[in-house]
Amino acid sequence: MWRYAMPIVLFAVLGVFLYRGLYLNPGSLESPLVGRPAPEFSLPSLEDPLREVGSDDFAGQVALLNVWATWCVGCRQEHPYLLELARTSGIPIYGLNWKDDRAAALEWLARLGDPYVASAFDSEGDVAIDWGVYGAPETFLIGRDGTVLHKHIGPLMPEIWRRDFLPKIAKECGSLPCPLVDGEE
Amino acid sequence: MVRILVACLMLVLATPLAFAIEGELGFDDPAMNERYRSLLREIRCPKCLNTSIADSDALIAADLRREVHQKMAEGHTDKEIVDYLVSRYGEFVVYRPPLQPSTWALWGAPPVLLLIGVIVFARILRDRARQPLDEDPIS
Repeated sequence: MWRYAMPIVLFAVLGVFLYRGLYLNPGSLESPLVGRPAPEFSLPSLEDPLREVGSDDFAGQVALLNVWATWCVGCRQEHPYLLELARTSGIPIYGLNWKDDRAAALEWLARLGDPYVASAFDSEGDVAIDWGVYGAPETFLIGRDGTVLHKHIGPLMPEIWRRDFLPKIAKECGSLPCPLVDGEE
Repeated sequence: MVRILVACLMLVLATPLAFAIEGELGFDDPAMNERYRSLLREIRCPKCLNTSIADSDALIAADLRREVHQKMAEGHTDKEIVDYLVSRYGEFVVYRPPLQPSTWALWGAPPVLLLIGVIVFARILRDRARQPLDEDPIS
């Protein structure tokens, strides 16, 4: 009996694994940073090289850090929605301009609109590595105490915002829209 | 048929030679350089599926090579560098994940499967040995 059942059982088990494998996305990796303190950084601002933008800027508030570049197609795609979020969500969005050309980036913001409170200019990509960035666009949700609450890879879209971000923001803020805190200063 | 097989074989043999972009950076010290190269081959590019950062020409792979180079120049050990990258990109970036509860199945499966295979093979041999030889008259 077992002699005949065994191959069928093995086939079924293998089939289940392979079928599941069809729907897994090997490109999406869970970030080890989630639940841990966000890496600190300080970089020249995109707009003004003499001014510094960094993790101190969003200390004490719930914020988004969006990794973007003008060469990135997905960034173009999510841009209108970022503008909408900047207007309506009450969550400040900070930009990390990644391995980009300063003039092109400024032109992009002037032409398409600027959703960012400030953008840090990471021309070498060092800060991006520290944040585990491997492909723009990526968006981090950072909590009041500076913990990374969530990381999304790929264009930020309304359904993703509602599904992944809003519940975490609601939990962090207690209520929506998130009451803005005046930092620690 | 033979031609197709030969073509396939040549294709397979050609792959290790297609070693893309090594050596935009390096060290003057040959031992250090060798360490650098072998470390690059141990780290998997997070963006591209299953190429090491030594082999990939993705943007992020080039940045990671630079990061490894810089950290080595600063005197960090291989373990420190790998631990740093794992803390940022997760276990995905190492080709040899550490032995821990979540990877027991990964490390354990090959020997277990091999053992099952050996047992099955041994049983088949034993059963055959028991059968009388003169049962099927071939000649």
